[in-house]
Amino acid sequence: MAEDLYREVILDHYKNPRGHGVIEDADAQAEGVNPLCGDEVSIYVQFADDGETIDEVKFSGRGCAISQASTSMLMEMVQGRSAQEIAELPKEQLLEEVGIPLTPIRLKCALLGLGVLKVALHRAKGTPLPEEWAGLDELELS
Amino acid sequence: MAVKARSRLDAQRLRTDFPIFEQLIHGKPLSYLDSAVTSQKPRQVLDAMRTFYETSNANVHRGVYTLSERATAEFEQARQKVADFVNAPSAREIVFTRQATEALNLVAYAWGLNNLGPGDLVVVTELEHHSNFVPWQYIAKRAGAELRMIHVTDEGELDLAGLDELAEGGDVKVVATNLVSNALGTINPVEKLAGWAHAQGAIMVVDAAQAAPHHPVDVQALGCDFLALSAHKMCGPTGVGALWGRREILESMEPFNLGGHMISKVRFEETTWGEIPHKFEAGTSPIAEAVGLGAAIDYLNDVGIEAIEAHEQELAAVALERLGEIPGVVLYGPPADRRAGIVSFNVEGIHPHDVAQVLDSEGVAIRAGHHCCQPLMARLGVPATNRASFYLYSVPEEVDRMVDGIDKARRILG
Repeated sequence: MAEDLYREVILDHYKNPRGHGVIEDADAQAEGVNPLCGDEVSIYVQFADDGETIDEVKFSGRGCAISQASTSMLMEMVQGRSAQEIAELPKEQLLEEVGIPLTPIRLKCALLGLGVLKVALHRAKGTPLPEEWAGLDELELS
Repeated sequence: MAVKARSRLDAQRLRTDFPIFEQLIHGKPLSYLDSAVTSQKPRQVLDAMRTFYETSNANVHRGVYTLSERATAEFEQARQKVADFVNAPSAREIVFTRQATEALNLVAYAWGLNNLGPGDLVVVTELEHHSNFVPWQYIAKRAGAELRMIHVTDEGELDLAGLDELAEGGDVKVVATNLVSNALGTINPVEKLAGWAHAQGAIMVVDAAQAAPHHPVDVQALGCDFLALSAHKMCGPTGVGALWGRREILESMEPFNLGGHMISKVRFEETTWGEIPHKFEAGTSPIAEAVGLGAAIDYLNDVGIEAIEAHEQELAAVALERLGEIPGVVLYGPPADRRAGIVSFNVEGIHPHDVAQVLDSEGVAIRAGHHCCQPLMARLGVPATNRASFYLYSVPEEVDRMVDGIDKARRILG
């Protein structure tokens, strides 16, 4: 049970997050919280010269192992891809990468980073933001 | 302080009253250490509700037929039980609501909107559950009044040193606090606060949702004006709670919800309100649920609230001691002798949700989150905590299982 959830790859990303940090003066940026766990994630994106390709992406924040590990995995997934492509990225693709059984509550943890990234791209590039992600960045922790 | 009678309860025996413990979770016995969020229900309560539906079900205060009279009698008997439970001078001062949250909203809307204005102050505490915080924040804003906060000390107890300073710059009209903090277990000095509130000309509003299941509640001794409770935290069903209010204030108030039953006369031009408590009970009430609450009160009285509190304090003391021995565990809240059966803690480097998830795989249910107390979490400087809370059916072995589970979480995630 617990071992299934906290499998090695999750723990590895949690303990050694990829792309952890802040990009000053980022081209796109958003932050979101999961009020349930109090997970916080901020994502920063720098585009390549074509203004479309994600050249550099970083995240900062704190939270449970699931939220932080899935965001770390997301950073690896989106590097070098276009804003439009990521705006259309189905959540199932990330969940497949995360690869663990998640209850509906923990699903919110796992998808926080993806939602924040979509909000950031929406703000910077006007990419479509499906209903389910809207308002994610308007929640306040306290 | 008088020495507390060490009245005993037999938790192992009481546990057999609760059918929920007859199952396994992930192949392991259930250790339910989340009674602060909702309690489990004894067979006696479930049977009372079932019997009501099978033998007395009808709407109350409506029909002239036998069933309706019987239903009304049982409903009003439940009201009397609530009145006795909180030592209210009269059952007419007990309003049935959906839960404590609705009771507190009732006061905030029906009293607050008509009595608050610019220059007025509403004082809440940093320990409040959102249910006694957000309604006041909202109503104060709507009425043009200002919200002030009584802060807590590092031990999670109210810091009353700055009270008079708080009152500067306005007229204090409302003081709102819980009697027991759901997040930390702190038992608050309501008598003292009520005295101060009345000296300011304010009303004293008490959220007893966390206190009523575990701690004697006496509205006259507390000296408050309103007190709210929820059945589901005290062995009763969800969907019903109660508000006690001082008669003269209830009578002077405008209604909250409008509709059937709460009226005196309805004309096209104007409607006049019914007598209390009916003025505040628009629509069909949660009747079977109120009967269930009455049965829960009987159950708690049989066990004895003092015995319940003593039992939980013992468990909390054991839990604090055992948790304190685990490296990296941070404990929140006052010492064991000044708190109810609630223990809030964090395990260094492991998010509470991950701790709770590992514990769940061991059949141990604890709460992980902000406990609907985000201002308090901000004060503690954490996004969330783990919380174990005990009740009359909790046994020391469950503390052991929690501690073992935390060790496991540290092995996996540490």
